[in-house]
Amino acid sequence: MARKITYQQAINEALDQEMSRDPTVIVMGEDNAGGAGAPGEDDAWGGVLGVTKGLYHKHPGRVLDTPISESGFIGAAVGAACNGLRPVAELMFVDFLGVCLDQIFNQAAKFRYMFGGKAKTPVVIRTMYGAGFRAAAQHSQCLYNIFTHIPGLKVVVPSNPYDAKGLLIQSIRDNDPVIFMEHKVLYTMQGEVPEESYAIPFGEANVLREGHDVTVVAIGRMVNFASEAAAAAQKKGVHCEVIDPRTTSPLDEDTLLESVEKTGRLVVVDESHPRCSMASDIAGLVAQKAFGALKAPIEQVTAPHVPVPFSDALEDLYVPGAARIEAAIMKVREYR
Amino acid sequence: MSAIHTLTMPKWGLSMQEGKVNGWLKRPGDAVAIGDELVEVESEKIAGAVEASVAGVLRRQLAGEDDVLPVGGLLGIVADAEVADADIDAAVAAFNASFVPASTDDDAGGPSPQQVEINGRRMRFLLRGEGGEPVILIHGFGGDLNNWLFNHEALAGTRAVYAIDLPGHGESAKDVGDGSLATLVAAVLGFMDSQGLSAAHLVGHSMGGAVALAIAAQAPERVRSLSLICSAGLGAEINGDYIDGFVAANDRRALKPLLTQLFADAGLVTRQLVDDMLKYKRLEGVDTALARLAAALFAGGRQQAVFAEVPAQLGKPVLVVWGEDDRIIPVAHAPAAGGQVRVERLAAQGHMVQMEAAHEVNRLLEHFLS
Repeated sequence: MARKITYQQAINEALDQEMSRDPTVIVMGEDNAGGAGAPGEDDAWGGVLGVTKGLYHKHPGRVLDTPISESGFIGAAVGAACNGLRPVAELMFVDFLGVCLDQIFNQAAKFRYMFGGKAKTPVVIRTMYGAGFRAAAQHSQCLYNIFTHIPGLKVVVPSNPYDAKGLLIQSIRDNDPVIFMEHKVLYTMQGEVPEESYAIPFGEANVLREGHDVTVVAIGRMVNFASEAAAAAQKKGVHCEVIDPRTTSPLDEDTLLESVEKTGRLVVVDESHPRCSMASDIAGLVAQKAFGALKAPIEQVTAPHVPVPFSDALEDLYVPGAARIEAAIMKVREYR
Repeated sequence: MSAIHTLTMPKWGLSMQEGKVNGWLKRPGDAVAIGDELVEVESEKIAGAVEASVAGVLRRQLAGEDDVLPVGGLLGIVADAEVADADIDAAVAAFNASFVPASTDDDAGGPSPQQVEINGRRMRFLLRGEGGEPVILIHGFGGDLNNWLFNHEALAGTRAVYAIDLPGHGESAKDVGDGSLATLVAAVLGFMDSQGLSAAHLVGHSMGGAVALAIAAQAPERVRSLSLICSAGLGAEINGDYIDGFVAANDRRALKPLLTQLFADAGLVTRQLVDDMLKYKRLEGVDTALARLAAALFAGGRQQAVFAEVPAQLGKPVLVVWGEDDRIIPVAHAPAAGGQVRVERLAAQGHMVQMEAAHEVNRLLEHFLS
């Protein structure tokens, strides 16, 4: 019986195993070590939700608390990566991207290109995203699409504990800057995770369910709702293929296109706002490259084009769920 | 009154908690014989057919296509033709009234694999059954103890049966040293020492058969009998393209066509089976382990260690089972039957015959071992 741990424990284990394997791996961020005004002293926090807890004493001197200055410490992590370390910096909420975007998209993402391939920037930026945590408009956004837009960044969006561990190990070993998106609602999700170390290559989609009627592509937390919806559709005789791209950059186009060529019907599920989203990106890709195979208009299931509401009732309506996905599946299936 | 037999969702492997009905192979009213395939079922790991354990008539189909049932859930009823419908209805009602699905809590019930340190390397094994003359199941190249998931419990009714993960495989340590057969032999003998087994019946599949043969050649006193299933170590040829492809494959697209070569029915290579194999192949050290084993044992598509004379000369019972359509190791390697050597060729079966024709292989093994 394989061991089950949470998404959060899987991330902690990946950090721990890579820090043990490679002395150049360091962890840094707000409250990553001591926190609570006691920098590095008692491992009190381990990040705002405790993801890095325990690493401080296991790897002395390599888990660093930073000031509340994303522009400073994200820049420091990028600089350290250019100078031989493999920093894993924690941007507490992806919503804070705005204050350190230059360091990410205009510096880290460009070095390899602008220095003719002679520079590498092996930095990982771990960051929490997503709604459902009653954290309101400034702490709940789903901004992986913004990073995906930028050449030079790799963008990872794990949907389960197994993928979280293997993709984070791959992220740390990768020589390019990687944005590692952790959905805060998934932290407590349990799953089978090998104790041994393993890396999942980027750009390799996971096919969670095979089917010949409808292709459902979903990102991050939405993968789990898509699986739920596909199971419900199956009871109505509709067989869905559920695909988790795992990384939005690079994107495993072949697996998506091959599936749509088989089913002819596509639903894309994305927790982001609909404009310039992964949903519109994947819909565009399929419309262009598999147009001849399509038997129905592509359905996009996304959040609405509004900020994430603070009201519990409105937030619950905001996040796409299994019922909406199932309705989209039935709609594309029944289209004539 | 003749007996009413319930046909229930089987438990294939440790992790199976529910199964999906893929379709019935017999209709209500059809006569069934022992061993007839009645209904196709799929767990998240593997697809297969549920066979009749009694003769009679299929009187009821209680689960339809695509229905998902917990392990132990009622699929149908087999009874003699003269049993009254009312009695069958009563039996179904009684079953449904008392049936409680097993807890989905992983810790509840069922045996768990154990770990032991052999020659400084972690080794995983699963023990089922007790007493009798012990049996050790040895998987093949790239396999693990789950390769025996349809056989292990069936053989463990009257004896202790150990399934092991060889070095480099499953959840055993991934260090295979020089990748030689001697390393694998030392691991199995070390395992026997650790469990206090002076001698055992060795059942080997593919490369595991070569390991069993090498043990028989080196330490015959540790071997009570040999069961060799689509075994390596009996001839020079082996499908080198499969071996090299398997070592190199690192995604679904590359792996799936290779795995289909293992089975006569390509439909058995489910998404989950491919995914589980990928999960194994991603573990740290597996690429090196498989490359070393392949180089030491199967370089250039030729088996480097051949024990063709061992079955006849061992002086102990030897059972050889082979799928006639094996695309990995040719059935022509099966030795001549005679003396204590018994040879069974199974028509229309491939390399993973112990999974694909589990009922038949279990019957042969049970008969041979007892």
